[in-house]
Amino acid sequence: MSAIPSGPRPKHLTIGRIGMYCFILVCAIFFLMPLYVMVITSLKDMDEIRAANILNLPKELSFYSWPKAWSQACTGFVCEGLKPGFFNSIKITIPSVIVSVGLSAINGYALAFWRFKGAYFFFGLCMFGAFIPYQVMVYPLLKIEDALGIYSTLPGIILVHTIFGMPILTLIFRNFYVSLPIDLFKAARIDGGNFIKIFLYVIIPMSAPITIVAVILQVTGIWNDFLLGLVFAGRDNQPMTVQLNNIVQVDYGVAEYNVDMSATILTSLVPLFVYFISGRWFVRGIAAGAIKG
Amino acid sequence: MKNNVEVKNISFSYGKTEILKDLSLDIRDGEFMVLLGPSGCGKTTLLNCIAGLLDLTDGQIWIEDDNVTWKEPKDRHIGMVFQSYALYPSMTVEKNLSFGLRMMNTPKNIINEKIDKAASLLQINELLKRKPSQLSGGQRQRVAIGRALVRDAKVFLFDEPLSNLDAKLRAELRYEIKKLHRDLSNTMIYVTHDQIEAMTLADRISVMKDGLIQQLDTPKQIYNKPANLFVAGFIGSPSMNFLKAIYDKSNKKIIVGKKQIDISRYENINNLINDQEVVFGIRPENINIEKNENSMQCKVELVEPMGADTLVWTSVEGNPISIRLEGSSNFNLNDEISISFDINKSSIFDSKSEERI
Repeated sequence: MSAIPSGPRPKHLTIGRIGMYCFILVCAIFFLMPLYVMVITSLKDMDEIRAANILNLPKELSFYSWPKAWSQACTGFVCEGLKPGFFNSIKITIPSVIVSVGLSAINGYALAFWRFKGAYFFFGLCMFGAFIPYQVMVYPLLKIEDALGIYSTLPGIILVHTIFGMPILTLIFRNFYVSLPIDLFKAARIDGGNFIKIFLYVIIPMSAPITIVAVILQVTGIWNDFLLGLVFAGRDNQPMTVQLNNIVQVDYGVAEYNVDMSATILTSLVPLFVYFISGRWFVRGIAAGAIKG
Repeated sequence: MKNNVEVKNISFSYGKTEILKDLSLDIRDGEFMVLLGPSGCGKTTLLNCIAGLLDLTDGQIWIEDDNVTWKEPKDRHIGMVFQSYALYPSMTVEKNLSFGLRMMNTPKNIINEKIDKAASLLQINELLKRKPSQLSGGQRQRVAIGRALVRDAKVFLFDEPLSNLDAKLRAELRYEIKKLHRDLSNTMIYVTHDQIEAMTLADRISVMKDGLIQQLDTPKQIYNKPANLFVAGFIGSPSMNFLKAIYDKSNKKIIVGKKQIDISRYENINNLINDQEVVFGIRPENINIEKNENSMQCKVELVEPMGADTLVWTSVEGNPISIRLEGSSNFNLNDEISISFDINKSSIFDSKSEERI
């Protein structure tokens, strides 16, 4: 018997496959259409927009809406564009992400390895907390922050984002750590590690994939947040999303659709960028954590 | 000889399931103690309790005249080797070995000295700069043993260290662990479900079942004089043959169906009472195929050649019986053979209490 294959080589391009490609193509067009409209609208001037052929390519490229959206558009009474909001969002996002991810990692580690009395109850509370709608807690939290004197301040909004991020992040970290071999933890205890040392030297070096997922979830979540930013950030710290809303929702004058489109694209650039550079990690981590998609 | 590890009346429960029940065990200084039993018998739990990785429900654990019951694992002067190797994946072999010492703030020159010593003892000098993922299973387990070595432990704990390795490597590392014990003469406690490992390594074996120690003795005693039916059946491969029988005191014979076996040469025959229901146990190698006045006629039903030995299967009154013969012996199906039992080396158990008589 020789090892020569018999019969024709299986075809790579079958009817089923062609059908699948068509389906994917239609899906892609469906989801890309709004983006296409946004981009071309932002490159038209108002006269052309008023001509109302929203799918047509611009006859003449005009870029003036982009710098206007960035630094001149009026958000309420101030006309500084989105720029202050961008920096506010950064000031809110970076500390919130670091604090919430760090604390959640420690929480997840404690829940997974140091099974204290009531750990399961606490785990249940986290589950519960992860699925309560934000809106329910906005008012009580507002009163608490007011009493603490941090309402409408930067630390105030950072605290809020940290609190809301922790249940789900704790779950994600805990589930990841539970999947690590328990023997590693036992070996580290025999080797003389205590709670902090084991976390620092053994657990953190193994946490890269799940930490990346947590950071992506938090960065996009906090950046895209509108409600909490509107309620808790205060006038001086309004995030980009709130300012975008103020630009788009004009009560007077003309609605400049090209500026609106530019502003919207600018606001969504950060999450978009994060997804692009981290898509691979994101999918991997979600599969590992299998919690939230 | 003084005791090195004393387990005093310990109990351990997971919620409502009691895993260890009032268990006591003394391990002598320098002894190689093997905890042997089927999975779920509590042997690994016992080891984890000794290591301090599980909190006892009741009882005490002493290591070198020191009550360590509530001490942290790191303060018990133990080294432990796990079935899954449990090497820190992000550290090189060298960092893995030195982790414990670094945690105790040992000076660098002493760390290097100890690593050198352990590495050359285990022949892993070449591997020091590698990550665990770049090692084979056998190499990983060597490193794991090395990690226990550098800690200057008073007691070494092994939790099924060879179970993840293939048969050849297992035999190799078994030999090395035995050599290590000969050279270091530390106290070692070794958990396994593999009876060959237990027999070859142990000074004493404690056979466990359902959280209780069934028998604690030297491998020889356990093999030749198993304390009860469970131990008799668990130790030995191929396992012991069992025949249900009734004792006939007047003739000093046991009656198996229509057959009679003369047991007048059994060591504890005087403990048997007339009409007692017993289980007669005989190892495959203690059955002869010579014709004599006590032999009985049987037919060969199956032949299993194993190289060094040949296992011949037959039956007595419907009970399958295996006989271990020389590898060179030649038998065919349905051959007539006459078998007789070496009563000196047999074991007789009470069929109710299952204890050896």
